[in-house]
Amino acid sequence: MVDIDRANEKALKTLLEARPFWVDIQPAIDIVPGMKKNLILHSGPPVTWERMCGPQRGAVIGALIYEGLAKSPEEAEKLAASGEIEFDPCHHHDTVGPMAGIVCASMPMIVTENEAGGNRAFNSLNEGIGKVLRMGAYSPDVIERLKWMEDVLGPVLQKAIRKAGRIDLKNIMAQALHMGDELHNRSRAASYILFAKIAPYILETMEDLTKTNEALKFQEANIHSFLGFAMSSAKASLDAASEIEGSSMVTVMARNGTDWGIQVSGLGKQWFTGESPVPDVLLFPGFKKEDVGRDIGDSAIMETYGVGGSAIAAAPAIIQFVGGTVQLAQSKTMDMYEIALGENNVYQIPALDFRGTPTGIDIRKVVSKNLPPFIDTGVAHKDPGVGQVGAGLCDAPMEVFKKALVAFADKYAK
Amino acid sequence: MFVIGIKKSGEYYDSVTLMLASRDLLETEGVDDAAIVMGTEENLQLLKGSGLLTEEMSGAGDTDLLIAVKAADEKLARETAGRAEEILRESKRKRAEAGAHLPRSLEGAVKMMPDANLVVISVAGRWAGDVARDALKRGLHVMLFSDNVPIETEKELKELGREKGLLVMGPDCGTAIINGAPLCFANVVERGEIGIVAASGTGLQEVSSVIGNRGGGISQAIGTGGRDVKDSIGGIMFLEGIKALAADEKTRVIVLVSKPPDAGVIDKTAAAIKEIDKPVVAILIGGDPVVLKEAGAHPADDLEQAGLIAVALARGEDPDGFREELSRRAEEIRKTAKAEATKMKDGQVHLRGLFSGGTLCDETQLLCRETIGPVYSPAPIDPAYKLDDIWKSRENTVVDLGEDEFTVGRPHPMIDFSLRKKRIVEEAADPSVAVILLDVVLGYGSHPSPGEELAPAIAEARKRAAKEGRHLTVACSITGTALDPQDREKVNRELAEAGAVVMPTNAAASLLAVEIVKIRRGGE
Repeated sequence: MVDIDRANEKALKTLLEARPFWVDIQPAIDIVPGMKKNLILHSGPPVTWERMCGPQRGAVIGALIYEGLAKSPEEAEKLAASGEIEFDPCHHHDTVGPMAGIVCASMPMIVTENEAGGNRAFNSLNEGIGKVLRMGAYSPDVIERLKWMEDVLGPVLQKAIRKAGRIDLKNIMAQALHMGDELHNRSRAASYILFAKIAPYILETMEDLTKTNEALKFQEANIHSFLGFAMSSAKASLDAASEIEGSSMVTVMARNGTDWGIQVSGLGKQWFTGESPVPDVLLFPGFKKEDVGRDIGDSAIMETYGVGGSAIAAAPAIIQFVGGTVQLAQSKTMDMYEIALGENNVYQIPALDFRGTPTGIDIRKVVSKNLPPFIDTGVAHKDPGVGQVGAGLCDAPMEVFKKALVAFADKYAK
Repeated sequence: MFVIGIKKSGEYYDSVTLMLASRDLLETEGVDDAAIVMGTEENLQLLKGSGLLTEEMSGAGDTDLLIAVKAADEKLARETAGRAEEILRESKRKRAEAGAHLPRSLEGAVKMMPDANLVVISVAGRWAGDVARDALKRGLHVMLFSDNVPIETEKELKELGREKGLLVMGPDCGTAIINGAPLCFANVVERGEIGIVAASGTGLQEVSSVIGNRGGGISQAIGTGGRDVKDSIGGIMFLEGIKALAADEKTRVIVLVSKPPDAGVIDKTAAAIKEIDKPVVAILIGGDPVVLKEAGAHPADDLEQAGLIAVALARGEDPDGFREELSRRAEEIRKTAKAEATKMKDGQVHLRGLFSGGTLCDETQLLCRETIGPVYSPAPIDPAYKLDDIWKSRENTVVDLGEDEFTVGRPHPMIDFSLRKKRIVEEAADPSVAVILLDVVLGYGSHPSPGEELAPAIAEARKRAAKEGRHLTVACSITGTALDPQDREKVNRELAEAGAVVMPTNAAASLLAVEIVKIRRGGE
């Protein structure tokens, strides 16, 4: 009989030893495994066009227009439904995508390498907040921004990172947790640190002042610019700890706005899914409860990695999401220790006397304590074409952990 | 629809606070839309887009707070906007009110308190076994407050505990005093040299209180749960408890408290007593202590005596020295009984005991059987005296209102007095009732002011009886010490002021009650 505790020790050790670096920027078509012109990657577990939620549909429409495969939203919808376009989860391609998680051939991708495991993971560059593709918006200004990112931002960052060689992302994340980030809903500090680290190389490789300045301004204004780097770091780290025989550690938590799914190390790449819940949201002005879409995005990889909601006690600026007091935020993090295999050796929470963040979610603990992980997340409008409506919290549905545990027992209990 | 816009310069709030406040406004009936934002370019666009931008907001900048409300009429819009300001002010005052973090599992609790070596478990009985097993595997002693734990589980847990040298107190163990800490329902007694092992909760409380009130102290008081002394469990923890106290340097005298154990357990207990060189006092409520006496134990007739013998032994005094004192008190009680009884009317002949402590109820039943004959009860010693309808007393009746059938859907009568208060008044209406006997159990877990609870009911009961020309005696015992959080003196005073005759122990109060019945029956 397999020794689950030992398998989990190995999985956690692999996760903790992972050392993600930013090493390159490249178009998806050149770097993402299996990427092709008519393939669109999306967040969460597999989903068909028919079952896709509003924001994800909106983002697909935007992506088809952006790729020049459709000229209008109507044409894009028709194309998406025609069967000519293939859909596949980002997670099937070493990739993670925020919110709708749409990745298509031309997008410039962050290339992150886990030095310890030698594996890579990819994520798109962050577009900023408000009306953006990842939130399901596809208006001309959204497409225009994507084009600019492809033509200007991507190349500027590519030259800079190639000059820099590599940048230690784990180190930045560790610092940011000391500076009020929890690295999912708030990555302001990490964004600034990365900006400061790459800026000299941007200047060193500058060819055009106007374009460079545009890129710098964009990065400065985008408080979420680090999120893509954080997510690809988490993905690269967790991938190294996946498929360890006998381990009950969660390696993927991902949502597509229709389904909420997880993968478990000892159960390989099998998805366990349930209906995606509607998050508890603080709305931006002008939006109402009825506007809120179901929980969406691969960004739950941050909680899987042991930060994000699990580290909410590190981020006083956003504690309003968990009830508005520092104590409640700390209590939320304390809860997450209950379902974690261990504590992080690098990521710490100052307010908890620099205790390591709860890391490595164990499906056995989740089910036996009836205590699901929670995600602190951005929230999209339920309809295509609108964008972000707010941010909030979402408990993972217990159902997916129960299903996984049953499968785990089937496989390992003899 | 009416839209109101307010601009407040120089007030800053973070966006999340503002979103929270907006959400609050949106929940107001009749409010169609509302926004509270800082006047950034982006926000002005958002307001414009949702039709909330008003003239008042013109020229607003990053440092201006903007409040916009779209409501059914102007009045509501203005009120709502006014409330927005209130909410924002409140948000500045808001402080962390929540208490410390509560762990979600035994695992989490142990992480928070790694030095803990005892866990009190009170989850539903169905799950309690799993938690207790987990605790024992982690090397923790267990106090299992939960009831409805299957007997097989109890046995398995106790065998595991014995194997690991850990106590398993319970299931259905409501009281213990460990290293001076009262656990669950327990009284505050000074630390001392007397150790108790009890398979009876209120028995332990009464004995420890008597010891405390006599100036003695408790080293450890270990509860085992009532089923431990049945053959099906074999007295595993009763015997382990004796062993632990025998080995404990601070314990000089051991008191055993139990309802009658099964024969096998009595024999094992006798064998254990023979091995011990410390004095042992045994009170087996309703049981024959002869086997234990032969093994060298000092037998006690009631809980009070058990406590008094133990204190005397701990002080190296004559263990029978208290008997003269008690017989003097019995004389006093008889005098009181006579004084009470003479005020009564013809036909007032019955006793009604309304208890919150099960063992105290048993003790009273036994005393009655020996003096005035068997009494009715939902759980009588003599099966012929089983009360058909537990809600209606007949002749002489004693009930333990802590029994499961009374506690369905309500807290235990030590916490919730409503049922007892109602029943006191009902019993008083019965012209055949001469005396109502009550126990009042103090200590942690019990109601914080039982005197205030019971006094009005006692006064009411006596008043109603008096209206019909009857003098009604209400005899109360108090189980508890001066150190208990309720303040024994205060409770005593409150009960006495309501017209109750207050006695120091259940044995004394029961004696008063039976003496009154004896006199009222006549010929004695």
